[in-house]
Amino acid sequence: MNNAQMRLLGLIRKEFLQIVRDPSSIAIAFLMPVVLLLLFGYGVSLDSEHVPLGLVVEQPDADTASFTASFGNSRYFSSVPFRNTPEAVDAMMAGRINAVIVLRQDFARRLRQTDGAPIQLVVNGVDANTARIVEGYVTGAWGKWLEHTALQQGQTLNTPVEIVNRVWYNEELESRNFLVPGLIAVIMTLIGALLTAMVMAREWERGTMEALMVTPLAMREVILGKLIPYFILGMGGLALSVAMALWLFHVPLRGSVWLLFATSALFLLTALGMGLLISTVARSQFIAGQLAIITTFLPAFLLSGFIFDINSMPPFVQAITHVIAARYYVAILQTIFLVGNEWSVILPNALALVLLATLFLGLTRLKARKRLE
Amino acid sequence: MFSPPLSESHSPAAEQAPSDRMALEVSGVSKAFRVGNRQIEALRNVSFTVKRGVVTGLIGPDSAGKTTLMRLAAGLLLPDAGSIKVLGHDAATQSLAIQSEIGYMPQRFGLYEDLTVQENLDLYADLQGVPKSLRPARYDNLLQMAGLTAFTKRLAGQLSGGMKQKLGLACALVRQPPLLLLDEPTVGVDPLSRRELWEIVYRLVQEQGTSVLLSTAYLDEAERCDEVVLLHDGQLLDHGDPKVLRESLRGRTYAVTSGAVSKRALQTHLASSPAILDALIQGDHVRIVMEQDALPPQPGSLLPNISDVQINAVPPRFEDSFVALLKVKTDPATMITLHHTPASHATFSVAAGTAQQVITVQNLTRRFGNFSAVKDVSFIVSKGEVFGLLGANGAGKSTMFRMLCGLLPPSSGSLRVAGVDLRYAAAAARARIGYMSQKFSLYGNLSVVENLRFFSNAYGLSGKRGDTRIAWALQEFALTSSADAVSGDLSLGYKQRLALACALMHEPEILFLDEPTSGVDPLARREFWRRINALAEQGVTIMVTTHFMEEAEYCDRLAIMASGEMLTIGTPAEIKLQARSVDLPDPTMEDAFVGLITSHEAQGAAA
Amino acid sequence: MLRRIFALMLKEFLALLKDKRSRFVLIIPPLVQLMVFGYAATFDLKHVTYAVFNEDKGSISRDMIAAFHGSPSFQEMPQIERNEQIAVMLDRKTVQMIIHVGPRFTADMLSGRPAPIQIMVDGRNSNTALLIVNYAQDIVNRFNNDWVAGNGGAPPAHIVTRAWFNPNLESRWFFLPGIVGLLTLLVTILVTALSVAREREQGTFDQLLVTPLHPAEILIGKALPGFLIGIGEASLIVMVTVFWFKVPLLGSLLTLYTGVLLFLLSAVGIGLMISSLAVTQQQGMLGAFFFMVPAIILSGFATPIRNMPALVQDLTLLNPMRYFLVVLRGVFLEGTPFHLLIPQFWPLAVIGVVTLAIAGWLFRHRLY
Repeated sequence: MNNAQMRLLGLIRKEFLQIVRDPSSIAIAFLMPVVLLLLFGYGVSLDSEHVPLGLVVEQPDADTASFTASFGNSRYFSSVPFRNTPEAVDAMMAGRINAVIVLRQDFARRLRQTDGAPIQLVVNGVDANTARIVEGYVTGAWGKWLEHTALQQGQTLNTPVEIVNRVWYNEELESRNFLVPGLIAVIMTLIGALLTAMVMAREWERGTMEALMVTPLAMREVILGKLIPYFILGMGGLALSVAMALWLFHVPLRGSVWLLFATSALFLLTALGMGLLISTVARSQFIAGQLAIITTFLPAFLLSGFIFDINSMPPFVQAITHVIAARYYVAILQTIFLVGNEWSVILPNALALVLLATLFLGLTRLKARKRLE
Repeated sequence: MFSPPLSESHSPAAEQAPSDRMALEVSGVSKAFRVGNRQIEALRNVSFTVKRGVVTGLIGPDSAGKTTLMRLAAGLLLPDAGSIKVLGHDAATQSLAIQSEIGYMPQRFGLYEDLTVQENLDLYADLQGVPKSLRPARYDNLLQMAGLTAFTKRLAGQLSGGMKQKLGLACALVRQPPLLLLDEPTVGVDPLSRRELWEIVYRLVQEQGTSVLLSTAYLDEAERCDEVVLLHDGQLLDHGDPKVLRESLRGRTYAVTSGAVSKRALQTHLASSPAILDALIQGDHVRIVMEQDALPPQPGSLLPNISDVQINAVPPRFEDSFVALLKVKTDPATMITLHHTPASHATFSVAAGTAQQVITVQNLTRRFGNFSAVKDVSFIVSKGEVFGLLGANGAGKSTMFRMLCGLLPPSSGSLRVAGVDLRYAAAAARARIGYMSQKFSLYGNLSVVENLRFFSNAYGLSGKRGDTRIAWALQEFALTSSADAVSGDLSLGYKQRLALACALMHEPEILFLDEPTSGVDPLARREFWRRINALAEQGVTIMVTTHFMEEAEYCDRLAIMASGEMLTIGTPAEIKLQARSVDLPDPTMEDAFVGLITSHEAQGAAA
Repeated sequence: MLRRIFALMLKEFLALLKDKRSRFVLIIPPLVQLMVFGYAATFDLKHVTYAVFNEDKGSISRDMIAAFHGSPSFQEMPQIERNEQIAVMLDRKTVQMIIHVGPRFTADMLSGRPAPIQIMVDGRNSNTALLIVNYAQDIVNRFNNDWVAGNGGAPPAHIVTRAWFNPNLESRWFFLPGIVGLLTLLVTILVTALSVAREREQGTFDQLLVTPLHPAEILIGKALPGFLIGIGEASLIVMVTVFWFKVPLLGSLLTLYTGVLLFLLSAVGIGLMISSLAVTQQQGMLGAFFFMVPAIILSGFATPIRNMPALVQDLTLLNPMRYFLVVLRGVFLEGTPFHLLIPQFWPLAVIGVVTLAIAGWLFRHRLY
């Protein structure tokens, strides 16, 4: 063993001992993924279920009954009857229902006139997403009812174009299947940055960096000595998250688990590199902490394509997402989990991660000078 | 004025020596920093050399540039001008070579507090490339030297300050460096540990021929060096043998006593005399240093109004020459007369018989888990007394203070400050105490005036009175010129002044000072104590902790603590008397302290 | 007493705002984040990439495809020539959707038979997939209606949809008030979560405790700056939301600010509580993280609380963000009157008072 190896091993051993002695690092690496995945895996779902719809029938008769019957029992919606429109509107204002369907008094009569009877649908547009889903659902129910009535009258209905849709990779539209991989990306960003954001700053603040510098250590070795232990810790956290995704949330893994870990290792390097860069530039735990809060969680949550579609963002925001490492990792994770070893997606994204990791670690190397000024 | 021939007789000799005999050559070095909007010149054209195989002391007041110089030598900073050669390597271009050879201990020892003693040693052995085969013997040697053999499994953070310092030293020595740089290794460390550190340093020099450069603010340590380099305000004042420097003051130092007036009054009188450079209380007498051209003092001419005055010549100390050098550099100290009227005498509602007992502590104990920080301590402090609390780090002084100030509840026992327990008394009772904590706790990013205004408001001083007090503080503490400076950028001495000013805004009856002079240079300490004495003369009760033995001499009474217990209590003279023996007919306070602690530790080990 | 509180408050402000980096952290990142997130957080799809595999040679299929082509939500990629290309394009994320029109499409249409088209969507993000399907259905529905009307037929009943409060169903209107809450929370926590821990580390907190200041006064002095900065920050963000993003503010400012004040009370309370519990700044920082991440994800900001399991829904009752988001969206978009929001106001007040009381108690009772 030469001196350089001995120095590096010594540093790594030191870092591990510190990790073991300070339970907060262990908590970040292992407790945080478990808590967050449990909370969000079970708690967060974009699948709207049992959206309450108000149903106002001003003059109940056979026609209105046949229409309301078409709403039936759906997993996604539940209808709540109201006697009159003002009551239903009040309920919507108070947030108890998301939409109101009104069949006017003259529904049956106008049904038989040429321009047809209006079915009034009032949706609460505040949550535009839910509003659109409600609209689609009501339209579907309406179409089914039309077909049904036509059939009863011995006619076939003229629905010209019919959509047969197939959602690939996630047939049941189970949102957990894409949320869990996305969450892993968010959690790994947090772990990577939080683990390392404070560690360099802490050495500066406690004065140990000064003592380290007056040894034959090269700065490269100081950085490696920080990177390797937290990398191992982070991979442990990752393994835990992946295990939970597979066996607790039953997310299908269609690609290779080795590829998953290889690309995750790349991402972890990027996240750790960012934390080290923050820590090196700030040199104070206070500023490093604030920077870590600002630069990690919200960008990874909102700009990674985890929830919001990147293609739909304006160009300048799309440009910003290119420096968010989580963006590439989310694409890789969703592909490996739901599609498979699709190299044409994984390679360019992995390349982007390599570039970002090189950038962050390179900047850290540049900024971490073996001088005190 | 300082005699010029002295400095010339030493420095040139050093400069002419061939460079391979020099451990360190500093030539024409300047270094400036930006702090906020100000440019601070830490070093200005400094040149000197450090010989191999001797201990060189880097002496200077706070912010003289000592740490900057150490860091420059270690290759951690680049000089703006000039060059430094360390063991023949240029510090600017060959810093890695230097860092591979020297041993360096930064101010905070550079230890990982969450690693054990052994793990710290292992780390530095790995980093310094000490072969595995050599380690066991090396460790044994170092641990034994540092007295840490029994503690290898203990976390560094749980060691006492003295032990940390010795471990830090052991880590710096793990590869037997030819040059050792120690940056203020003795700050905040008790006298016993300081003594032990010096023993280690001497052994290194004698047995291995190590060159040592050591910076310190303790002037008694300067006399232990083979050579000293005096720095002040970034400039080199002098360089030479401390004994020669000291001897230049022979015939100018005297001890003055008077049976007629108190030692503080005597000191005040003496300090105001133009012929006297320095006057310090030392036990029961006042030690004076005469101005250079002054005639030998006569009781009649020096103190015409005071009877029963005795003046005896005493040998000079290094500190005298330091003060003599610096006093001509700085403004002559102005007479300090604090206008201080302790507030709320009327509310002093204790029964007449006990009115003089300002602080009473009975059987006070404080436990943290199963560790007792303070064990069954009792004492009484009377009004107007200066009461000192001495002890090694971790002796329980700060815990005691925190309990007295109501910051921490005692586990058992009782305490009364001005007749109440501050933890449970109404908030207004706290207006009667002033508290100055160890770290001179100020709001670092607020300016001097903003700090003063904040504390005057926090003490409820209303508009006009607040303004008066702020004006008073700025003037009395000579802070007017730096009124708008950000307090975090102030030098330590100024921070200390500001912290005291803040603690005095509301004219408290009782003042708690927790290590108020730690790390502050001798001149600032003198000034500080002059203020404290003036306060005591006006009836303010003062309770103070300190590591400086000479400061213990300023106290009326003092108590010595070790591992939570009170070892002894009495006047400085009484305590010194306890250490008197055939070998030590005239023990110093340090002798007494070290004697008490060692016998206490011996008892603990026997039990 | 007022003087003392004022002095404390002034000191906190000076301590926060004198430092250039600190000022920067308080002002620039929230504004940048508002601009970026304001544009990023939307479920309105734009430029959904799609490809067409048209095996039909008739004109009707071209008309129908033209309907997609004309929509601003979709962006067409090169045509598909062979069946095998479908899987490749979806797998590689070349497109998000593929429209497959069979060879008999025009014939079916002309003969009055239902003419199926196949739409295949990349389900990697099932939410986006669902939205794409809905968008496509909309376009096809409109095409169908036009077709039916053009051929003289009309269904006996039709749906007349009105979307209240957000007629164009812009999801940005939904998210922007949420971002107001998000950023107000972020800044308030940044200001308060370290304030006590930092003073403890620097030793100035002891200095405060030995002055005649009552813990309640210290509490108010510490809380007010976070409060005032929060109000300033919230006002700034609300202004950008209204004047830059043109989100309507229908309700009264009084109601809005009642909500803002009560929310700040609880956010400041939680921040100070974390700060007084923490021994070091690092712990304060971790505490802030461990509070903020769930507080945002479980607030109903992006995913409805209604969708969460009962246990998690109960947990959100402790989350001030939950209430604040209802207030913000209500006041902004619905113009909800004051009295309807009282059920949101009082839990905020309770959380604020309880956490502040705990923080104040901890000032003196936290042992080291």
